[in-house]
Amino acid sequence: MTAKNEKTVIIIAGIIIGIIASLLVLFGNPANMGFCIACFLRDTTGALGLHRAAAVQYIRPEIIGIVLGSFIVSLITKEYSPRGGSSPMTRFILGFFVMIGCLMFLGCPFRMIIRLGSGDLNALLGFVGFALGILTGVFFLSKGYSLKRTYKLPTAEGTVLPVIEAVLLILLVLAPEFIFFTEAGGGPGAKHAAIIISLAAGLIVGILAQRTRLCMVGGIRDIVLFKEFKLISGFIAIFVSCLICNLILTAVTEGTFFKLGFAEQPIAHNDGLWNALGMYLTGFGCVLLGGCPLRQLVLSGEGNTDSAVTIIGLMVGAAFAHNFGLASSGAGPTPAGQIAVIIGIIVAAVIGCVNTFRTE
Amino acid sequence: MKTLDARGLSCPEPVIMIRNAMASKDAAYQIIVDNAVSRENVTRFAEHQGYKVDVTEADGEFTLNITK
Repeated sequence: MTAKNEKTVIIIAGIIIGIIASLLVLFGNPANMGFCIACFLRDTTGALGLHRAAAVQYIRPEIIGIVLGSFIVSLITKEYSPRGGSSPMTRFILGFFVMIGCLMFLGCPFRMIIRLGSGDLNALLGFVGFALGILTGVFFLSKGYSLKRTYKLPTAEGTVLPVIEAVLLILLVLAPEFIFFTEAGGGPGAKHAAIIISLAAGLIVGILAQRTRLCMVGGIRDIVLFKEFKLISGFIAIFVSCLICNLILTAVTEGTFFKLGFAEQPIAHNDGLWNALGMYLTGFGCVLLGGCPLRQLVLSGEGNTDSAVTIIGLMVGAAFAHNFGLASSGAGPTPAGQIAVIIGIIVAAVIGCVNTFRTE
Repeated sequence: MKTLDARGLSCPEPVIMIRNAMASKDAAYQIIVDNAVSRENVTRFAEHQGYKVDVTEADGEFTLNITK
């Protein structure tokens, strides 16, 4: 595929993904949250009882769909390649703190775009922090930052996370008593599209993201590093298509899918500094990881066990965030969450230094 | 000709490797990668820099011969 074709394909994929993200809210997902990889991993973590925040417990089929979509399409295209061993514990820790950053802001980079496309101007400050975080990560990359090489692994090893996702789907459908589901009206966890719709949406996004290598941090990173505009085209296409779709839905339905401003935005707070710092940590951590949470899901579907470990890190981060009051709410950030974000930025900087300025 | 081993490295590292190597302004480079994303990204970058890229594949590894 030529560079021009690649850009056209990723723009079309971005348009489709933006429409899906907007429609998922129409079909029942929480407002401004057609997709949020961080929130959906957090909800899934809660459904498994690893945190007990009753408002955010649901096994999100979108996550299952993304991993399985990537898994299936990579098998077909012969890109499925079980590999790992590139500093897995460091990736676990980075995943942990990326989740802390996301739950300070209340959204992953994917939801940040969706919030922007829904008129939530708080996400603009998040975006400023996100871009600065990426620039910090790029500084380390350009100085030689590396988590070192991956190695080939047995086929079975790469299937572990996809199998776990398939098991989660069974648990969602069977809904045994030990799985926690937010009660109707009890919070964002109770708001979801029908399982089949969410699963199909996840599968489509997983397939498109695998084929186009879509990544929310890669866009800004590649412009700075290589003057390469492919990935940012996908990012912008999602924003524009989500924005237009939200405006249309607001005009033709009784719901509100677009509301411009800072105040009273759904599942958001308007503490600008901490929105920016949360996304600073997220952008910084994701560059050190080599991709945003969506990209980590897609890579884990392709058999990358380092990305699978990152997903586990994100989920453990979500459990800690809600067990220890680190996650923000609509009322704003918590003092413990602010301390955790500062610790996260320091940890990311230490990881950046240790893996850049090596003596060996 | 400079040969770079980027096997096992994830993007953007292989692209940074070739970018740094190109500072020497040689007429030809060879880089070995082991995943499709790195192959695509290195190819795109080298072509943007005005090089031609010839790819050969064997056992899941791609050898990219990059020439002016």
